[in-house]
Amino acid sequence: MKAVRHSLGLRAAVLSLLIFAALVLIWQVAAQPAAGSAVAVDPEYAKLVGAAAATGTKSAMPTPVDIGATILKHLADPFYVRGSNDKGIGVQLAYSLGRVLLGFGLAALLAVPLGFLIGMSPLVYRALDPFIQILKPVSPLAWMPLALYTIKDSAISSIFVIFICSVWPMLINTAFGVASVRREWLNVARTLEVGPLRTAFRVILPAAAPTIMTGMRISIGIAWLVIVAAEMLVGGTGIGYFVWNEWNNLSIANIVTAILLIGLVGLLLDQGLAWLTRLVTYPE
Amino acid sequence: MDRPLISVEGLARRFGDTTVFEDLWLGIDRGEFVCLIGHSGCGKTTILNVLAGLDTPSDGTVIVDNREIDGPSLDRAVIFQGHALLPWLTVMGNIAFAVGSRWSGWDRERVQAHARKFIELVGLKGAEAKRPAQLSGGMKQRVGIARALSIQPKMLLMDEPFSALDALTRGLLQDEVLRICAEMQQTVFMITHDVDEAILLADKIVLMTNGPGARIAEIVVNTMPRGERHRNDLHRHAQYYAIRNHLVEFLVNRSKAFDREIADGSYDPRRPRLVRPGLAGINPTAEIVPLRQSQ
Repeated sequence: MKAVRHSLGLRAAVLSLLIFAALVLIWQVAAQPAAGSAVAVDPEYAKLVGAAAATGTKSAMPTPVDIGATILKHLADPFYVRGSNDKGIGVQLAYSLGRVLLGFGLAALLAVPLGFLIGMSPLVYRALDPFIQILKPVSPLAWMPLALYTIKDSAISSIFVIFICSVWPMLINTAFGVASVRREWLNVARTLEVGPLRTAFRVILPAAAPTIMTGMRISIGIAWLVIVAAEMLVGGTGIGYFVWNEWNNLSIANIVTAILLIGLVGLLLDQGLAWLTRLVTYPE
Repeated sequence: MDRPLISVEGLARRFGDTTVFEDLWLGIDRGEFVCLIGHSGCGKTTILNVLAGLDTPSDGTVIVDNREIDGPSLDRAVIFQGHALLPWLTVMGNIAFAVGSRWSGWDRERVQAHARKFIELVGLKGAEAKRPAQLSGGMKQRVGIARALSIQPKMLLMDEPFSALDALTRGLLQDEVLRICAEMQQTVFMITHDVDEAILLADKIVLMTNGPGARIAEIVVNTMPRGERHRNDLHRHAQYYAIRNHLVEFLVNRSKAFDREIADGSYDPRRPRLVRPGLAGINPTAEIVPLRQSQ
């Protein structure tokens, strides 16, 4: 009998599903309440966390079934607003996304033209390199107190933090991409007496575009990582604040839901830029 | 008196203490096909870059059409060794980029119509929408040739344009170049290290001594008229072996010991000897009229 050979993609998908099912199963079993082990607990503690959790009959860790129910509940009504501390998860994600896109957009507006100039001039490239090398590894959150002190507005501060963390990869990649445009392509432009602007837009920009887009992809990834932490610090709105708020509520199911959604949005951002990168990539 | 279209006068290029070449004098007439032959390291590519305006000489000057060159110009199109096509543009895009640079006032239609003529000239009709990565090496070089010709330059500069191609493709392209240049009466300066290529294409073959401190040793006139040069029966021509032996003899033996020939006093860098191998008679010196009398 001829063995049926399925494609690698299909087999990988089946394996993924199996791993997922196994993890969910282990989780479900592990989170089951331990039967009949009523231990005497401190009544103060019992009052704090609820009788079921305190006695161990019901863990604060939700089962996958609980999570599923929570996700459905959130997805059923993601955009409600009932007071400042009770907003739908979709609204919170939109806040975070807005901040990221704003900070990222401002960073791109600065980093791409500046990176272009740095890349065009070996002198400026070398002169600015120490600054970039020192500032690049700084955790964006370290800028937060400085931002809060100077800007005096928590919402703008978090956008600033996104801005500052998005700037470096775009700046470095643009400068590198522009500096490493092949000499012979520039010579083609020179022998055709192409002006500086036309050379910049018709030769250097398309040549460096894949490198620039890669920098943008790195930036948006970092920005999405940082926004959660930044919003935990400044509070008010956003998915990071939501996670922190639900931690205070000790609602693990809501936190897990938020984690899954953060991952999903991050994936979409990354894939969106990957798609844009493919559009400008040329085979040599 | 007629001055040649291109006049190289006392050209030298030094990198630090090393003199790559010096005291080069050479004239190229309108419509002439001139090949430069020499071993690696004699600065062939540097000479071409100076003519293209991509490199500046340490000494001397190049006069094109009575004007000293001071940078790259659309009058001097370059066909690069590595074709140098812009990989994100199609064949049409690459040539249209050149045409649009030459005639910036033209609209899109006119640019494309002009570009299409040259795509057809090099036999690439139907490949307009392809990108360089989809083309073979020979086709890429055809695009390079079409791009250079499309701006209708006064002269064509070629830096070993066929050296990266296989023998069959190289032969086909040599025939094309021969046909096109004859058709358009194009003035060409080409660098090569292939003796047979030089004999097939060139009207004059400039021989360089070995570097550092390379000079033009002599200029060989191709004694086979253009109409009698065909790739397939080149070797049957009466003059062929005389020319070929002269070139090979120079490259193998004389190029490295040319200093001894200079020492006997008859060598004048301003008037390198004009040699006509295979033809009896006197070899008069090449006439180069300097624009300015240095010293």
